[in-house]
Amino acid sequence: MEHFGDPSLPAWSLPAGSAERIAIGVEWPERVTRDWAFGDSTGEGVSVCILDSGVERGHPLVGELEGAVAVMKTEDGRLEVNEDAEGDLCGHGTACAGIVRALAPKVGLHSVRVLGAGFKGSGPVLLGGLRWAIEQGFDVINMSLSTTKRQFAELLHELADSAYFRRTVLVASAHNMPVESYPWRFSSVISVGSHEEQDSLAFFYNPAPPVEFFARGVGVEIAWLGGGTIRSSGNSFATPHIAAICALILSKHPDLTPFQLKNVLYLTANNVGGGR
Amino acid sequence: MSDLRAAVAAGALGSEENYRELLQAIVEVARAIFGARASSVFLHDESTDELVFEAVAGEGAGELIGQRFPSSTGVAGWVLVTRQPLVIDELEQDPRFAREAAESTGFVPKGLMAVPLLHEERALGVLEVLDRPQQAAFSLKEMELLGLFANEAAIALDLLQRAREARAVLEEQDGQAAALARLAERLAEAEPEQREAAQRLLEALEAFLGASSGLSLDDSL
Repeated sequence: MEHFGDPSLPAWSLPAGSAERIAIGVEWPERVTRDWAFGDSTGEGVSVCILDSGVERGHPLVGELEGAVAVMKTEDGRLEVNEDAEGDLCGHGTACAGIVRALAPKVGLHSVRVLGAGFKGSGPVLLGGLRWAIEQGFDVINMSLSTTKRQFAELLHELADSAYFRRTVLVASAHNMPVESYPWRFSSVISVGSHEEQDSLAFFYNPAPPVEFFARGVGVEIAWLGGGTIRSSGNSFATPHIAAICALILSKHPDLTPFQLKNVLYLTANNVGGGR
Repeated sequence: MSDLRAAVAAGALGSEENYRELLQAIVEVARAIFGARASSVFLHDESTDELVFEAVAGEGAGELIGQRFPSSTGVAGWVLVTRQPLVIDELEQDPRFAREAAESTGFVPKGLMAVPLLHEERALGVLEVLDRPQQAAFSLKEMELLGLFANEAAIALDLLQRAREARAVLEEQDGQAAALARLAERLAEAEPEQREAAQRLLEALEAFLGASSGLSLDDSL
Protein backbone atom coordinates (compact mmCIF):
# COMPACT_ATOMS: atom_id res chain seq x y z
CA MET A 1 0.00 0.00 0.00
CA GLU A 2 1.29 3.40 -1.00
CA HIS A 3 2.13 6.00 1.61
CA PHE A 4 1.58 9.70 1.15
CA GLY A 5 4.56 11.42 2.60
CA ASP A 6 6.89 9.80 5.07
CA PRO A 7 5.01 7.43 7.35
CA SER A 8 7.62 7.86 10.03
CA LEU A 9 6.72 11.57 10.33
CA PRO A 10 3.83 12.41 12.60
CA ALA A 11 0.61 13.75 11.11
CA TRP A 12 -0.69 16.48 13.38
CA SER A 13 -4.24 16.77 12.02
CA LEU A 14 -6.51 15.31 9.38
CA PRO A 15 -8.19 17.71 6.92
CA ALA A 16 -11.53 16.70 5.34
CA GLY A 17 -11.27 14.19 2.53
CA SER A 18 -7.64 13.34 3.17
CA ALA A 19 -7.89 10.02 4.97
CA GLU A 20 -5.70 8.55 2.22
CA ARG A 21 -2.82 10.54 3.61
CA ILE A 22 -2.78 8.32 6.64
CA ALA A 23 -3.48 5.09 4.81
CA ILE A 24 -2.36 2.09 6.89
CA GLY A 25 0.55 0.28 5.28
CA VAL A 26 -0.59 -3.14 6.40
CA GLU A 27 -3.44 -5.23 4.97
CA TRP A 28 -5.07 -6.66 8.07
CA PRO A 29 -6.73 -10.02 7.63
CA GLU A 30 -10.14 -10.69 9.11
CA ARG A 31 -8.55 -12.88 11.71
CA VAL A 32 -4.95 -12.31 12.67
CA THR A 33 -3.27 -15.70 12.84
CA ARG A 34 0.25 -16.63 13.87
CA ASP A 35 0.84 -17.77 10.32
CA TRP A 36 0.01 -14.31 9.00
CA ALA A 37 1.85 -12.59 11.83
CA PHE A 38 5.17 -14.43 11.74
CA GLY A 39 4.82 -17.78 9.95
CA ASP A 40 8.10 -18.67 8.14
CA SER A 41 9.73 -15.44 9.35
CA THR A 42 13.43 -15.48 10.13
CA GLY A 43 13.66 -11.92 11.40
CA GLU A 44 15.58 -10.88 8.30
CA GLY A 45 15.88 -7.14 7.82
CA VAL A 46 15.13 -6.36 11.46
CA SER A 47 17.67 -4.91 13.88
CA VAL A 48 17.60 -5.97 17.53
CA CYS A 49 19.65 -4.14 20.14
CA ILE A 50 20.68 -5.90 23.34
CA LEU A 51 21.04 -3.14 25.94
CA ASP A 52 22.90 -5.08 28.61
CA SER A 53 26.32 -6.30 29.78
CA GLY A 54 27.76 -6.69 26.27
CA VAL A 55 27.65 -9.78 24.05
CA GLU A 56 30.37 -12.38 23.61
CA ARG A 57 31.48 -12.24 20.00
CA GLY A 58 31.46 -15.46 18.04
CA HIS A 59 29.50 -17.46 20.61
CA PRO A 60 28.02 -20.37 18.62
CA LEU A 61 24.51 -19.50 19.82
CA VAL A 62 24.92 -15.81 19.02
CA GLY A 63 26.89 -15.71 15.77
CA GLU A 64 27.93 -12.46 14.20
CA LEU A 65 27.13 -9.08 15.68
CA GLU A 66 26.41 -6.14 13.39
CA GLY A 67 27.70 -3.75 15.98
CA ALA A 68 28.91 -3.56 19.57
CA VAL A 69 29.47 -0.41 21.60
CA ALA A 70 30.10 0.34 25.26
CA VAL A 71 28.70 3.38 27.04
CA MET A 72 31.06 4.71 29.67
CA LYS A 73 31.35 7.64 32.01
CA THR A 74 34.56 9.61 31.64
CA GLU A 75 36.40 11.02 34.62
CA ASP A 76 34.87 14.45 34.08
CA GLY A 77 31.39 12.91 34.13
CA ARG A 78 30.61 12.93 30.40
CA LEU A 79 29.24 9.87 28.64
CA GLU A 80 31.16 8.30 25.79
CA VAL A 81 30.02 5.68 23.31
CA ASN A 82 32.95 3.63 22.00
CA GLU A 83 33.45 0.46 20.02
CA ASP A 84 33.28 -2.41 22.51
CA ALA A 85 36.30 -4.67 22.45
CA GLU A 86 35.67 -6.40 25.78
CA GLY A 87 32.56 -8.38 24.88
CA ASP A 88 30.54 -9.55 27.84
CA LEU A 89 31.75 -9.27 31.43
CA CYS A 90 29.06 -11.30 33.17
CA GLY A 91 27.12 -13.33 30.59
CA HIS A 92 23.73 -11.65 30.87
CA GLY A 93 23.80 -9.90 27.49
CA THR A 94 25.17 -12.98 25.72
CA ALA A 95 22.31 -15.05 27.17
CA CYS A 96 19.72 -12.56 25.88
CA ALA A 97 21.37 -12.35 22.44
CA GLY A 98 21.40 -16.16 22.15
CA ILE A 99 17.67 -16.38 22.84
CA VAL A 100 16.90 -13.78 20.17
CA ARG A 101 19.15 -15.54 17.66
CA ALA A 102 17.58 -18.94 18.33
CA LEU A 103 14.08 -17.72 17.49
CA ALA A 104 14.94 -15.14 14.82
CA PRO A 105 18.11 -16.48 13.15
CA LYS A 106 18.50 -13.72 10.57
CA VAL A 107 18.04 -10.60 12.70
CA GLY A 108 20.84 -8.06 12.81
CA LEU A 109 22.10 -8.16 16.39
CA HIS A 110 23.64 -5.10 18.04
CA SER A 111 25.10 -4.88 21.51
CA VAL A 112 25.05 -1.71 23.62
CA ARG A 113 26.94 -2.35 26.86
CA VAL A 114 25.62 -0.36 29.82
CA LEU A 115 26.50 -2.81 32.61
CA GLY A 116 29.69 -4.23 33.97
CA ALA A 117 31.63 -1.22 35.14
CA GLY A 118 30.35 -1.46 38.71
CA PHE A 119 27.16 -0.37 40.34
CA LYS A 120 27.99 3.30 40.80
CA GLY A 121 27.15 5.61 37.94
CA SER A 122 25.06 2.91 36.31
CA GLY A 123 21.96 5.11 36.11
CA PRO A 124 23.33 7.79 33.74
CA VAL A 125 25.09 5.10 31.69
CA LEU A 126 21.84 3.18 31.25
CA LEU A 127 19.98 6.35 30.23
CA GLY A 128 22.78 7.40 27.87
CA GLY A 129 22.86 3.95 26.30
CA LEU A 130 19.12 3.86 25.80
CA ARG A 131 19.11 7.33 24.27
CA TRP A 132 21.91 6.33 21.91
CA ALA A 133 20.13 3.11 20.92
CA ILE A 134 16.90 5.00 20.17
CA GLU A 135 18.82 7.53 18.06
CA GLN A 136 20.26 4.66 15.99
CA GLY A 137 16.72 3.68 15.01
CA PHE A 138 16.97 0.02 16.00
CA ASP A 139 13.68 -1.77 15.37
CA VAL A 140 13.67 -3.60 18.71
CA ILE A 141 15.55 -2.88 21.95
CA ASN A 142 15.76 -5.65 24.56
CA MET A 143 16.08 -4.38 28.15
CA SER A 144 16.37 -7.23 30.62
CA LEU A 145 17.06 -4.77 33.41
CA SER A 146 15.42 -1.99 35.34
CA THR A 147 16.06 0.79 37.81
CA THR A 148 14.26 1.56 41.07
CA LYS A 149 15.46 5.18 41.22
CA ARG A 150 12.67 7.70 40.87
CA GLN A 151 15.13 10.36 39.76
CA PHE A 152 15.56 8.45 36.47
CA ALA A 153 11.90 7.61 35.98
CA GLU A 154 10.86 10.83 34.24
CA LEU A 155 13.72 10.78 31.77
CA LEU A 156 13.22 7.07 31.11
CA HIS A 157 9.55 7.76 30.51
CA GLU A 158 10.40 10.43 27.94
CA LEU A 159 12.87 8.10 26.24
CA ALA A 160 10.34 5.26 26.17
CA ASP A 161 7.74 7.52 24.61
CA SER A 162 10.18 8.88 22.05
CA ALA A 163 11.09 5.30 21.07
CA TYR A 164 7.40 4.49 20.75
CA PHE A 165 6.82 7.38 18.34
CA ARG A 166 9.98 6.63 16.34
CA ARG A 167 8.93 3.02 15.76
CA THR A 168 11.47 1.49 18.03
CA VAL A 169 9.92 -1.21 20.18
CA LEU A 170 11.20 -1.36 23.75
CA VAL A 171 10.79 -4.79 25.33
CA ALA A 172 11.52 -4.69 29.06
CA SER A 173 11.72 -7.21 31.92
CA ALA A 174 9.04 -6.85 34.56
CA HIS A 175 9.66 -7.41 38.25
CA ASN A 176 8.20 -10.43 39.95
CA MET A 177 8.28 -8.65 43.27
CA PRO A 178 6.04 -5.81 44.37
CA VAL A 179 8.59 -3.03 43.77
CA GLU A 180 8.35 0.14 41.74
CA SER A 181 10.87 -0.05 38.95
CA TYR A 182 11.26 1.29 35.44
CA PRO A 183 10.94 1.29 32.43
CA TRP A 184 8.81 -1.83 32.28
CA ARG A 185 5.91 -0.13 34.07
CA PHE A 186 5.42 2.40 31.26
CA SER A 187 2.63 1.61 28.81
CA SER A 188 4.75 2.66 25.81
CA VAL A 189 6.99 -0.39 26.34
CA ILE A 190 6.18 -4.08 26.09
CA SER A 191 6.69 -5.59 29.54
CA VAL A 192 7.42 -9.26 30.04
CA GLY A 193 7.15 -11.73 32.92
CA SER A 194 7.68 -15.52 32.94
CA HIS A 195 5.48 -18.55 32.35
CA GLU A 196 6.57 -22.10 33.13
CA GLU A 197 5.93 -23.81 29.80
CA GLN A 198 8.85 -25.12 27.81
CA ASP A 199 7.62 -23.80 24.43
CA SER A 200 9.75 -20.85 23.33
CA LEU A 201 6.99 -19.53 21.07
CA ALA A 202 4.27 -19.75 23.73
CA PHE A 203 3.31 -16.36 25.10
CA PHE A 204 0.30 -15.02 26.97
CA TYR A 205 -1.39 -11.65 27.24
CA ASN A 206 -2.00 -10.60 30.84
CA PRO A 207 -5.38 -8.89 31.27
CA ALA A 208 -4.24 -7.70 34.72
CA PRO A 209 -1.24 -5.44 33.94
CA PRO A 210 1.22 -3.73 34.57
CA VAL A 211 2.99 -6.89 33.29
CA GLU A 212 1.51 -7.20 29.79
CA PHE A 213 2.91 -10.47 28.45
CA PHE A 214 4.29 -13.73 29.83
CA ALA A 215 6.93 -15.63 27.86
CA ARG A 216 9.20 -18.59 28.49
CA GLY A 217 11.38 -17.80 31.50
CA VAL A 218 11.84 -21.03 33.44
CA GLY A 219 14.45 -23.69 32.66
CA VAL A 220 15.75 -21.92 29.56
CA GLU A 221 18.94 -23.13 27.87
CA ILE A 222 20.97 -19.93 27.60
CA ALA A 223 24.27 -19.00 25.98
CA TRP A 224 26.99 -18.72 28.64
CA LEU A 225 30.42 -17.17 28.61
CA GLY A 226 33.19 -19.11 26.91
CA GLY A 227 30.97 -20.51 24.18
CA GLY A 228 28.98 -22.76 26.51
CA THR A 229 25.37 -23.03 27.59
CA ILE A 230 23.61 -23.29 30.90
CA ARG A 231 20.03 -23.77 32.15
CA SER A 232 18.60 -20.72 33.82
CA SER A 233 15.36 -19.01 34.88
CA GLY A 234 14.25 -15.42 35.25
CA ASN A 235 12.26 -12.66 33.58
CA SER A 236 15.57 -11.56 32.08
CA PHE A 237 15.23 -14.51 29.71
CA ALA A 238 11.48 -14.25 29.11
CA THR A 239 12.06 -10.75 27.71
CA PRO A 240 14.28 -11.70 24.72
CA HIS A 241 11.69 -14.32 23.73
CA ILE A 242 9.17 -11.52 23.18
CA ALA A 243 11.85 -9.30 21.60
CA ALA A 244 12.54 -12.10 19.10
CA ILE A 245 8.85 -12.65 18.35
CA CYS A 246 8.54 -8.87 17.75
CA ALA A 247 11.44 -9.13 15.29
CA LEU A 248 9.76 -12.05 13.49
CA ILE A 249 6.55 -10.03 13.14
CA LEU A 250 8.36 -6.86 12.00
CA SER A 251 10.32 -8.85 9.44
CA LYS A 252 7.05 -9.82 7.74
CA HIS A 253 5.28 -6.53 8.45
CA PRO A 254 7.89 -3.77 8.61
CA ASP A 255 5.36 -0.96 8.56
CA LEU A 256 3.83 -1.81 11.93
CA THR A 257 4.02 0.86 14.61
CA PRO A 258 4.70 -0.24 18.19
CA PHE A 259 0.98 0.17 18.90
CA GLN A 260 0.05 -2.10 15.99
CA LEU A 261 2.76 -4.57 16.90
CA LYS A 262 1.43 -4.82 20.44
CA ASN A 263 -2.00 -5.51 18.93
CA VAL A 264 -0.57 -8.32 16.82
CA LEU A 265 1.12 -9.77 19.91
CA TYR A 266 -2.20 -9.59 21.74
CA LEU A 267 -4.15 -11.21 18.92
CA THR A 268 -1.64 -14.04 18.53
CA ALA A 269 -1.07 -14.70 22.24
CA ASN A 270 -1.78 -18.29 23.34
CA ASN A 271 -4.68 -17.25 25.53
CA VAL A 272 -6.23 -15.01 22.84
CA GLY A 273 -6.12 -16.33 19.30
CA GLY A 274 -2.67 -17.80 18.80
CA GLY A 275 -1.17 -21.15 19.51
CA ARG A 276 -4.31 -22.98 18.35
CA MET B 1 22.48 15.30 77.89
CA SER B 2 25.14 12.69 78.56
CA ASP B 3 22.31 10.38 79.66
CA LEU B 4 20.51 11.01 76.41
CA ARG B 5 23.66 10.32 74.45
CA ALA B 6 24.34 7.12 76.32
CA ALA B 7 20.76 6.01 75.75
CA VAL B 8 20.94 6.67 72.03
CA ALA B 9 24.32 4.94 71.83
CA ALA B 10 23.02 1.87 73.67
CA GLY B 11 20.01 1.76 71.32
CA ALA B 12 22.13 2.05 68.20
CA LEU B 13 24.69 -0.52 69.31
CA GLY B 14 22.13 -2.96 70.68
CA SER B 15 19.96 -2.74 67.61
CA GLU B 16 22.90 -3.38 65.29
CA GLU B 17 23.46 -6.70 67.01
CA ASN B 18 19.73 -7.52 66.86
CA TYR B 19 19.46 -6.74 63.15
CA ARG B 20 22.49 -8.84 62.41
CA GLU B 21 20.83 -11.74 64.26
CA LEU B 22 17.62 -11.14 62.32
CA LEU B 23 19.53 -11.29 59.03
CA GLN B 24 21.23 -14.49 60.15
CA ALA B 25 17.84 -15.98 61.08
CA ILE B 26 16.50 -15.11 57.63
CA VAL B 27 19.30 -16.94 55.79
CA GLU B 28 18.96 -19.91 58.17
CA VAL B 29 15.23 -20.15 57.43
CA ALA B 30 15.76 -19.65 53.69
CA ARG B 31 18.32 -22.47 53.67
CA ALA B 32 16.00 -24.77 55.66
CA ILE B 33 12.86 -24.06 53.60
CA PHE B 34 14.63 -24.62 50.28
CA GLY B 35 16.60 -27.58 51.66
CA ALA B 36 19.70 -25.82 50.31
CA ARG B 37 23.36 -26.33 51.05
CA ALA B 38 23.94 -22.68 51.87
CA SER B 39 22.28 -19.29 51.85
CA SER B 40 23.87 -15.86 52.13
CA VAL B 41 23.16 -12.16 52.14
CA PHE B 42 25.50 -9.65 50.53
CA LEU B 43 25.43 -5.98 51.39
CA HIS B 44 26.37 -3.46 48.72
CA ASP B 45 29.01 -1.17 50.25
CA GLU B 46 28.39 2.07 48.37
CA SER B 47 31.62 3.70 49.47
CA THR B 48 33.82 1.04 47.82
CA ASP B 49 31.28 -0.31 45.30
CA GLU B 50 31.77 -3.82 46.65
CA LEU B 51 29.55 -6.66 47.79
CA VAL B 52 30.21 -7.83 51.34
CA PHE B 53 29.08 -11.08 53.02
CA GLU B 54 26.77 -10.03 55.87
CA ALA B 55 25.15 -13.34 56.78
CA VAL B 56 25.84 -16.94 55.80
CA ALA B 57 23.99 -20.14 56.71
CA GLY B 58 25.28 -23.62 55.94
CA GLU B 59 28.48 -24.09 53.98
CA GLY B 60 30.91 -21.24 54.56
CA ALA B 61 29.14 -19.95 57.68
CA GLY B 62 31.61 -18.34 60.03
CA GLU B 63 34.40 -17.96 57.46
CA LEU B 64 32.92 -15.73 54.81
CA ILE B 65 31.43 -12.89 56.88
CA GLY B 66 33.13 -9.65 55.96
CA GLN B 67 34.70 -10.96 52.75
CA ARG B 68 34.19 -8.62 49.81
CA PHE B 69 34.36 -8.58 46.03
CA PRO B 70 33.62 -6.00 43.29
CA SER B 71 29.92 -5.25 42.69
CA SER B 72 30.19 -5.97 39.00
CA THR B 73 31.40 -9.57 39.22
CA GLY B 74 29.64 -12.87 39.37
CA VAL B 75 25.98 -13.70 39.56
CA ALA B 76 25.45 -11.54 42.66
CA GLY B 77 26.81 -8.50 40.82
CA TRP B 78 24.64 -9.22 37.80
CA VAL B 79 21.54 -9.49 40.00
CA LEU B 80 22.42 -6.26 41.82
CA VAL B 81 22.89 -4.16 38.70
CA THR B 82 20.06 -5.59 36.60
CA ARG B 83 17.65 -5.65 39.59
CA GLN B 84 16.46 -8.99 38.22
CA PRO B 85 16.29 -12.27 40.16
CA LEU B 86 18.05 -15.17 38.53
CA VAL B 87 18.16 -18.93 38.87
CA ILE B 88 20.97 -21.00 37.41
CA ASP B 89 21.23 -24.79 37.31
CA GLU B 90 24.20 -26.98 36.48
CA LEU B 91 26.88 -24.45 37.22
CA GLU B 92 29.65 -26.95 37.69
CA GLN B 93 29.90 -27.48 33.92
CA ASP B 94 31.48 -24.10 33.53
CA PRO B 95 35.07 -23.86 34.79
CA ARG B 96 35.20 -20.07 34.67
CA PHE B 97 32.07 -19.74 36.72
CA ALA B 98 33.20 -22.48 39.07
CA ARG B 99 36.33 -20.46 39.87
CA GLU B 100 34.40 -17.23 40.31
CA ALA B 101 31.80 -18.94 42.46
CA ALA B 102 34.39 -20.62 44.60
CA GLU B 103 35.95 -17.23 45.26
CA SER B 104 32.65 -15.77 46.35
CA THR B 105 31.14 -18.73 48.19
CA GLY B 106 33.97 -20.93 49.41
CA PHE B 107 32.74 -23.91 47.38
CA VAL B 108 31.56 -24.68 43.86
CA PRO B 109 27.77 -24.84 43.85
CA LYS B 110 25.84 -26.95 41.37
CA GLY B 111 23.14 -24.32 41.10
CA LEU B 112 21.95 -21.11 42.70
CA MET B 113 19.09 -18.69 43.08
CA ALA B 114 19.87 -15.01 43.54
CA VAL B 115 17.52 -12.11 44.14
CA PRO B 116 18.17 -8.38 44.59
CA LEU B 117 17.37 -6.86 47.99
CA LEU B 118 15.33 -3.81 47.12
CA HIS B 119 14.09 -1.37 49.73
CA GLU B 120 12.20 1.69 48.58
CA GLU B 121 14.38 3.14 45.82
CA ARG B 122 17.60 1.42 46.79
CA ALA B 123 19.20 -1.88 45.88
CA LEU B 124 20.84 -2.78 49.20
CA GLY B 125 22.34 -6.14 48.30
CA VAL B 126 21.65 -9.68 47.16
CA LEU B 127 20.24 -12.85 48.73
CA GLU B 128 21.56 -16.14 47.39
CA VAL B 129 20.38 -19.70 47.95
CA LEU B 130 22.88 -22.34 46.81
CA ASP B 131 22.32 -25.96 45.83
CA ARG B 132 18.75 -26.93 46.34
CA PRO B 133 18.16 -30.70 46.11
CA GLN B 134 18.59 -31.92 42.51
CA GLN B 135 15.20 -33.61 42.36
CA ALA B 136 13.30 -30.40 43.13
CA ALA B 137 12.56 -28.83 39.76
CA PHE B 138 12.60 -25.08 39.87
CA SER B 139 9.25 -23.37 39.41
CA LEU B 140 7.80 -19.89 39.70
CA LYS B 141 6.60 -20.87 43.19
CA GLU B 142 10.21 -20.96 44.37
CA MET B 143 10.80 -17.58 42.76
CA GLU B 144 7.83 -16.17 44.66
CA LEU B 145 9.04 -17.65 47.92
CA LEU B 146 12.49 -16.27 47.27
CA GLY B 147 10.91 -12.85 46.70
CA LEU B 148 9.26 -13.04 50.12
CA PHE B 149 12.55 -13.84 51.82
CA ALA B 150 14.16 -11.03 49.86
CA ASN B 151 11.61 -8.54 51.20
CA GLU B 152 12.39 -9.60 54.75
CA ALA B 153 16.12 -9.54 54.20
CA ALA B 154 15.96 -6.11 52.56
CA ILE B 155 14.16 -4.66 55.59
CA ALA B 156 16.66 -6.26 58.00
CA LEU B 157 19.59 -5.01 55.91
CA ASP B 158 18.14 -1.51 55.81
CA LEU B 159 17.75 -1.49 59.62
CA LEU B 160 21.28 -2.83 60.06
CA GLN B 161 22.70 -0.11 57.83
CA ARG B 162 20.78 2.58 59.70
CA ALA B 163 22.02 1.27 63.05
CA ARG B 164 25.60 1.34 61.77
CA GLU B 165 25.19 4.88 60.50
CA ALA B 166 23.80 5.92 63.87
CA ARG B 167 26.76 4.36 65.65
CA ALA B 168 29.21 6.03 63.28
CA VAL B 169 27.62 9.40 63.97
CA LEU B 170 27.81 8.86 67.73
CA GLU B 171 31.43 7.76 67.53
CA GLU B 172 32.40 10.82 65.55
CA GLN B 173 33.47 12.90 68.57
CA ASP B 174 34.39 16.13 66.80
CA GLY B 175 31.79 15.94 64.11
CA GLN B 176 28.25 17.21 63.68
CA ALA B 177 26.86 14.89 66.35
CA ALA B 178 29.18 16.34 68.96
CA ALA B 179 28.19 19.88 67.97
CA LEU B 180 24.52 18.94 68.17
CA ALA B 181 25.06 17.33 71.54
CA ARG B 182 26.68 20.54 72.90
CA LEU B 183 23.78 22.54 71.47
CA ALA B 184 21.26 20.28 73.20
CA GLU B 185 23.17 20.65 76.46
CA ARG B 186 23.11 24.48 76.30
CA LEU B 187 19.45 24.40 75.41
CA ALA B 188 18.68 22.32 78.48
CA GLU B 189 20.52 24.83 80.73
CA ALA B 190 19.02 27.98 79.17
CA GLU B 191 16.45 30.34 80.76
CA PRO B 192 12.83 29.79 79.57
CA GLU B 193 12.86 32.96 77.41
CA GLN B 194 16.18 32.09 75.83
CA ARG B 195 15.02 28.55 75.23
CA GLU B 196 11.86 29.76 73.49
CA ALA B 197 13.87 32.02 71.17
CA ALA B 198 16.34 29.20 70.48
CA GLN B 199 13.45 26.88 69.73
CA ARG B 200 12.16 29.32 67.08
CA LEU B 201 15.64 29.57 65.59
CA LEU B 202 15.92 25.81 65.37
CA GLU B 203 12.52 25.58 63.70
CA ALA B 204 13.65 28.13 61.12
CA LEU B 205 16.83 26.11 60.54
CA GLU B 206 14.81 22.95 60.14
CA ALA B 207 12.53 24.64 57.58
CA PHE B 208 15.57 25.95 55.71
CA LEU B 209 17.23 22.52 55.57
CA GLY B 210 13.95 20.91 54.56
CA ALA B 211 13.62 23.29 51.61
CA SER B 212 17.16 22.84 50.34
CA SER B 213 17.71 19.10 50.68
CA GLY B 214 15.78 17.89 47.64
CA LEU B 215 18.76 16.94 45.50
CA SER B 216 20.32 13.51 45.51
CA LEU B 217 23.84 12.90 44.33
CA ASP B 218 23.45 9.16 44.09
CA ASP B 219 23.49 8.19 40.42
CA SER B 220 23.44 4.40 40.63
CA LEU B 221 20.55 2.50 39.03
